[in-house]
Amino acid sequence: MKKEFWRKMGLSEEEYGMIKGILGREPNEVELGIFGVMWSEHCSYKNSKAVLRSFPTTGERVVQGPGENAGVLDIGDGQGVVFKIESHNHPSAIEPYQGAATGVGGIIRDIFTMGARPIASLNSLRFGSLKSKRSRYLFSGVVAGIAGYGNCIGIPTIGGEVYFHPSYEENCLVNAMCIGLIDIKDIAKGVAQGPGNPVLVVGAKTGRDGIHGATFASEELNEKSEEKRPAVQVGDPFMEKLLLEACLELIKTGYVVGMQDMGAAGLTSSSSEMASRAGTGMEMDIAKVPRRETGMTPYEIMLSESQERMLVVAKSGAEKAVQDIFAKWGLEAVVIGKVTDDGYLTVKEGDEVAARIPAKALTEMCPVYAKEAKKPEYLIKAQEYDLSTLPELGDYGQVIMTLLGTGNIASKEWVYRQYDYMVGLNTVVGPGSDAAVLRIKGTNKGIAATTDCNARYVYLDPYQGGQIAVAEAARNLVCAGALPLGVTDCLNFGNPEKPEIFWQFKEAAAGISEACRTLDTPVTGGNVSFYNETKGESIYPTPVIGMVGLLEDISRVMTMGFKDEDDIIILLGESKDELGGTAYLSVIHGLEAGKPPSIDLEAERIIQRTTLALIKEGLVKSAHDCAEGGLSIALAECCMAGGIGADVVLSEEMKASSLLFAESQSRIIVTAHKEKMDKVLSRLSINKVPYKVLGNVGGEDLKITGSGWKVRLAVCDMEEKYRGAIACYMDM
Amino acid sequence: MRFGVVVFPGSNCDADCYHVIDKVLAEPVEYLWHGDRDLKEVDCVILPGGFSYGDYLRVGAIARFSPVMEKVLEHAAEGGLVIGICNGFQILTEVGLLPGALVKNPSLKFQCHNTRLRVERNDLPFTSLYKKKEIVEIPIAHGEGSFVADEETLGLLEKENRVVFRYCDENGEITGIANPNGSLNNIAGICNEKGNVLGMMPHPERCAEEMLGGLDGEILFRSLAGWRQGGDVA
Amino acid sequence: MFKAVVTITFKKNILDPQGSAVHKALHSLGYPEVSDVRVGKHIEVVMDVDSDEEAHKRIEEMCTKLLANPVIEDYQIDVAVVE
Repeated sequence: MKKEFWRKMGLSEEEYGMIKGILGREPNEVELGIFGVMWSEHCSYKNSKAVLRSFPTTGERVVQGPGENAGVLDIGDGQGVVFKIESHNHPSAIEPYQGAATGVGGIIRDIFTMGARPIASLNSLRFGSLKSKRSRYLFSGVVAGIAGYGNCIGIPTIGGEVYFHPSYEENCLVNAMCIGLIDIKDIAKGVAQGPGNPVLVVGAKTGRDGIHGATFASEELNEKSEEKRPAVQVGDPFMEKLLLEACLELIKTGYVVGMQDMGAAGLTSSSSEMASRAGTGMEMDIAKVPRRETGMTPYEIMLSESQERMLVVAKSGAEKAVQDIFAKWGLEAVVIGKVTDDGYLTVKEGDEVAARIPAKALTEMCPVYAKEAKKPEYLIKAQEYDLSTLPELGDYGQVIMTLLGTGNIASKEWVYRQYDYMVGLNTVVGPGSDAAVLRIKGTNKGIAATTDCNARYVYLDPYQGGQIAVAEAARNLVCAGALPLGVTDCLNFGNPEKPEIFWQFKEAAAGISEACRTLDTPVTGGNVSFYNETKGESIYPTPVIGMVGLLEDISRVMTMGFKDEDDIIILLGESKDELGGTAYLSVIHGLEAGKPPSIDLEAERIIQRTTLALIKEGLVKSAHDCAEGGLSIALAECCMAGGIGADVVLSEEMKASSLLFAESQSRIIVTAHKEKMDKVLSRLSINKVPYKVLGNVGGEDLKITGSGWKVRLAVCDMEEKYRGAIACYMDM
Repeated sequence: MRFGVVVFPGSNCDADCYHVIDKVLAEPVEYLWHGDRDLKEVDCVILPGGFSYGDYLRVGAIARFSPVMEKVLEHAAEGGLVIGICNGFQILTEVGLLPGALVKNPSLKFQCHNTRLRVERNDLPFTSLYKKKEIVEIPIAHGEGSFVADEETLGLLEKENRVVFRYCDENGEITGIANPNGSLNNIAGICNEKGNVLGMMPHPERCAEEMLGGLDGEILFRSLAGWRQGGDVA
Repeated sequence: MFKAVVTITFKKNILDPQGSAVHKALHSLGYPEVSDVRVGKHIEVVMDVDSDEEAHKRIEEMCTKLLANPVIEDYQIDVAVVE
């Protein structure tokens, strides 16, 4: 075999040698192509596996942890919430509309493959500066792609996040999360059990699209990436809607043994993973695979990433019944082979054997690498930056207005008004809040969901940044009245072969792990996306945390908006003089330096549990997390969401910029009716939660008074700035 | 009143309409499969929102040829009630039960948000429980909801008082700013001559429960449910 | 075999927002000479019929029935023989 060929498949010399050892012979081209995708980082996690093992993955609610198409958590009454997040960064950077659309389509399939009805999507997005034309092009294309797919298939897009930073200029991040609901007894898994059982390809026809998408995702983008455009698939949400309905109908019949989406690495990964999980083998005749193009080779059929296809293992004898259901929905279901007991993935074309590989060799025998990790130089310099020399700007009102008008803080209305966030009739709290909330029909319960990551913190201290990402996600759920249950993560980093990048990855994962343990939110699955760099420059390390929570009583759902005149505003948690890594520093002083805000996970846990108890008892009328921009921005958001002003006094001995803009963690703004204030305060004291009574709700302005300074901003003026900022960039 | 919700391939508000009738109104309701020529003896047919046939070729263009639509045409001709919501409205114009057409929003974007509507007629089975000129809030969610028609058709619609809902501002004024999608004369919903077929872009089923954003849409379904069976349509 | 190419555009009096957007974009890219843009659809239909005449007749029918909406669209048909 020529060296160029296996190099082209992304395999190393050592790996090529191992493959020869496993097979006891030279692999042919088809086999090498199969190994190439299955042993890529995207499919094998060979560079990240060792690190990911530190995540807590068990808990009393965990029904399905990592390793399946999606995680499942028990929410009581025999029901489970099924959820997962996945990246589609590289395809979106090349062709934003289709890249994002197929990202959404892929994650939705992961959910209904489990037998769950998808009930909502979220998206975590990162782009370069809004001032850049290319970023705006990617941004508008990605949003349109998400809307195009999600709206058509009829799954509401209820939330997520959008950030802008120059490090994402060429390599945008598109992380799509989907949530489904299932009766736990109906869970379907990706297993090919029962030798003799038929294997069917269902859904769309196979074409040449996306060949080598998985290996493409495991490389850096460069000038030549644009030429790789054929690697980007085109999505067909209509087809997927039919597939979704047919699959859910099929699962109800009990004819399904196992089912898996043909995502990255298509037929190759779905067949080998299903066989491997069940400890069986699979024999397929690829001449039977329905195809869209003529003259396709076995290699192309095995590696095609045509969208909207699934591999189904049915009970023997049920072939006709399965086909009838798909026919009802206008879809093809073709038997292409059967489950075997020899542990081999055998690919035939007619009578000819095109490939024969032990299934476990593809899924479990890929070498695992312990990469070298080294603390980056930039970090030492950035963390040592002396913030005490910063000039104190006088006009704080103006600073607040400027922050409200920056892309990262401004309202994302321009984005979410393009998403159908209401279809399905479950959306109780839609986009634009701390967390989105869905009711569960037929019960009094609700599910809250969010995605979070402040990548600037992770850049400045990966360990602490990782902790904060988890803590903030949980805090957002708590502010909606939900108990945080579990995590799905999407870890976006640069090239792991660089020791500095791998160090970031390791540290961030350790921070996430620690926070998940303390906050009792196990990780049920996720995705690692490396090689997010362009021309040698890495993106900011961006480990996105997707989290779901449970409301036992949906009538206790909480929102951030201030409610009524004279309600008392109370700040839970401690405000510290820490401006490192803040939006204020970045936007106003052009600095991304210092130590990010400190976090005490135990204190975080207590504040969250206390807040949740206050909400459950009906003692508070609003709750909002203090995040980007600090206390002043959080107060502004509460005012705007409620359409009412506030009068606040900040009495601490601290410089005004820190009081207003420090992003100290573990802080939640709540309001209470004045007659309930004493009760609230006594609860806080009992739980030893530090707090400050800040003032009261009322009027049409946000008034903040400190010692020797004063801010007064009309809520309507803030709103104009806040809501118009992104549209202003995009509609020019 | 028995309701039927048509399911086309790609319908995605079918279950929502069904839910509102079944669970909120507690009225009898059936799904009507696009491939069946059978309306299961329902009194009111709902063509729900969604992306029938992926909205490919033209919104509503392929769905209109479904076998079930033959029966819907007969039902309408006999004076039976038909309501098309969003994609359903688009199908009704394609099949010719309602005039005009719905084209891309001038923003070229899908738009999902609340809109204010003025109820222009409350003498219809669909709107009998609204007050005349009542201002209601019902959300839209569409990429192609801009109502167009030639001048003659538009004149006729106005003359015959067939505009049922119009986008308006908080004072009920019909203004350009209040018009989310460039629809001619701020038209959000129209009916046929006899008043038994209604098409509207906003989604009343999305505001039929307090928890989900008000009850302004529930009134429409309640109007229908309470309509005297076999009662004359104005 | 015959191949019919159907070109569908909005009627002159119907606002074509895609056309307007492309028009604006072309201006901003430095093509001030552009005075109008209409965006339409291009549909290719391959038919197994015996004559050019029949191909025309059938495709005309398809246009009025399904491919175009006469309320808002105009269409133009081209038919050619293909292998």
